[in-house]
Amino acid sequence: MAKDDKQKSLLETLGESQVWKSIIRSGVPKTRRQRMHAILGSVFLHLHPARLPKHAVKVGYTWCMGGLSFFLFVLLTITGILLMFYYRPTVEYAYTDIIDLTEQVPLGIMRELHRWAAHAMVLVVWLHMLRVFMTGSYKPPREFNWGVGVLLMTLTMFLSFTGYLLPWDQLAIWAVTVGTNMARAHPFIGHEGPGASLLAIGDINLVHMGSDIRFALLGGRFVGEATLLRFYVLHCIAVPFIAMIFMAVHFWRIRKDGGISGPL
Amino acid sequence: MIDTFKSVIDALSAPTVSFTLLTVFTPLVFPPTDWFDKVNRKLGIWRLWTKPGLWAGMGFLTFFFVVGYFDPNFHITLTKADNFPIVLMVYSMFFFIWLGMSKAYVNDERIEQGLKPTEYNDPDDKVLVWPDLVYIEFIALILFMVFLIVWSILVAAPLEEPANPASTPNPSKAPWYFLGLQEMLVYFDPWLAGIVFPMFIIFGMMAIPYIDMNPKGSGYYSFKERRIGICIFMYGWLILWLFLIVIGTFFRGPNWNFFGPFEYWDPHKVVPLNNVNLSEYFWVKMFNTGLPSNIMLRESIGFVVVFAYMFMFPIFLAKTWFKDLFEKIGPVRYTSLMLFGLSMFSLPIKMYLRWFFNLKYIIAIPEWFFNI
Repeated sequence: MAKDDKQKSLLETLGESQVWKSIIRSGVPKTRRQRMHAILGSVFLHLHPARLPKHAVKVGYTWCMGGLSFFLFVLLTITGILLMFYYRPTVEYAYTDIIDLTEQVPLGIMRELHRWAAHAMVLVVWLHMLRVFMTGSYKPPREFNWGVGVLLMTLTMFLSFTGYLLPWDQLAIWAVTVGTNMARAHPFIGHEGPGASLLAIGDINLVHMGSDIRFALLGGRFVGEATLLRFYVLHCIAVPFIAMIFMAVHFWRIRKDGGISGPL
Repeated sequence: MIDTFKSVIDALSAPTVSFTLLTVFTPLVFPPTDWFDKVNRKLGIWRLWTKPGLWAGMGFLTFFFVVGYFDPNFHITLTKADNFPIVLMVYSMFFFIWLGMSKAYVNDERIEQGLKPTEYNDPDDKVLVWPDLVYIEFIALILFMVFLIVWSILVAAPLEEPANPASTPNPSKAPWYFLGLQEMLVYFDPWLAGIVFPMFIIFGMMAIPYIDMNPKGSGYYSFKERRIGICIFMYGWLILWLFLIVIGTFFRGPNWNFFGPFEYWDPHKVVPLNNVNLSEYFWVKMFNTGLPSNIMLRESIGFVVVFAYMFMFPIFLAKTWFKDLFEKIGPVRYTSLMLFGLSMFSLPIKMYLRWFFNLKYIIAIPEWFFNI
């Protein structure tokens, strides 16, 4: 249908308004130039280059797994913040707050969304790694970024692990007890680890149950009040903070190492 | 009929059987040499990466889980809300390995004919990210969000009784993604299974791009050009990581005893613990003397074995079969490859030593918490 010259669509009118132009400088992306500018001018989208080789936009090549990992991280941050409104990390309240969350919040699926997205993120990150391995994308010049990715995968699992304790139910404390019991066997710095008895002054052991790496992780001799607070802080602040730094490096290096991998 | 299927699966899933089968099949499914490739072709295993292979695999998994769902015993583990990710893992890993391998086979054929891989396109012929990529990302995001919301509505997040430090559940399991490590605890002490090997997994993975000097297969799916690397990776990742997770989740019941998926988790199942240390084999059984009181003398045989495996064996290999490899990649890469590779293969080796000889520890110094 031919368009009347004088009649502009709502989008076009908006696109020429001062407000729109102040936000998106190039107007509604229609021409090739405007479309490139839509990417370059956006702080979020300019993570991407303006143009890509054809294979890079094929789901069959990338499986979308890297993007979905990031999406899940964002989703988990948002649902996590909402959960923090209701949750108090103390032995007294933690469990009842979770009950409260299930029973009192109308239509509440935030906890479900958070938990299932967390499990899904572990899987999606593994699949991302599988894709990168199968396409040989870790090969030079992307060796360093593969290493960053391995650390991010480790952080993903550690994030999931620290979150596992927070509901403070039987599932939580025993899974974390099993997991953190390993730390007592850490060579030299765990009290049941090889070499720990070497770190002694005379008869006084420096590494014992009240001073080893497990004690530092748990804030006590067993999983208790201090552990809950520690894991809460690790889960909500410390590990996401570290993960965000590594993610920034990871994304930056994709571009700096020549963009998405592809055959030459 | 179904009962036969169940008892066959129960028998097959015993770690001794299933692990052996998977270890034998890994080099046949991902053939690292021409000989394995020939066997793979002859047995028709390559058909796994065709469409019928996908349907057969998906069909078998679905049959297994459907039968499991209606089985009174498997139903209990299968329907635990936190175990659903494992079902998802089994399906998605199979599908995506299939996808990667089938694409790799297509590219392998193209490369043999002298063509470029399917991913190749003219460097000047690019597409715009807006809208071509942004829309795909948006759709992927929406679809995944819908999937998560449906999952969240249908399955409530698990919440058991309030934490009670006085009552230990049996079995106590770590979160599912660490169950491979917990399964390793059967064969190694926590300082290895819980600390050293996880560190080696992380550093070993980070070392892959530096050790793998094969420049081929960068940026497209391929198998033949990188078959040794893919075979080793798949063994480590698929068998020693993912399959151990499946064992830990579905096949480990009270007291961490093995139970087939369709077996009842009997907390009173008696499993004889008759494992013997290497030093006892050496001093008591071979020489009919007591264990020497000097720890180093007592465990000397174990130290010799470990030293031979980790230090002499690589030198021996470097002078014989791996001579070309050693010259190609140099001493630093070779040492890392051997350190991480031999550590990885020490797990199946220890498993078989345990199963065949009831070997508990190669070096057993509980006085220093140093058991290998």
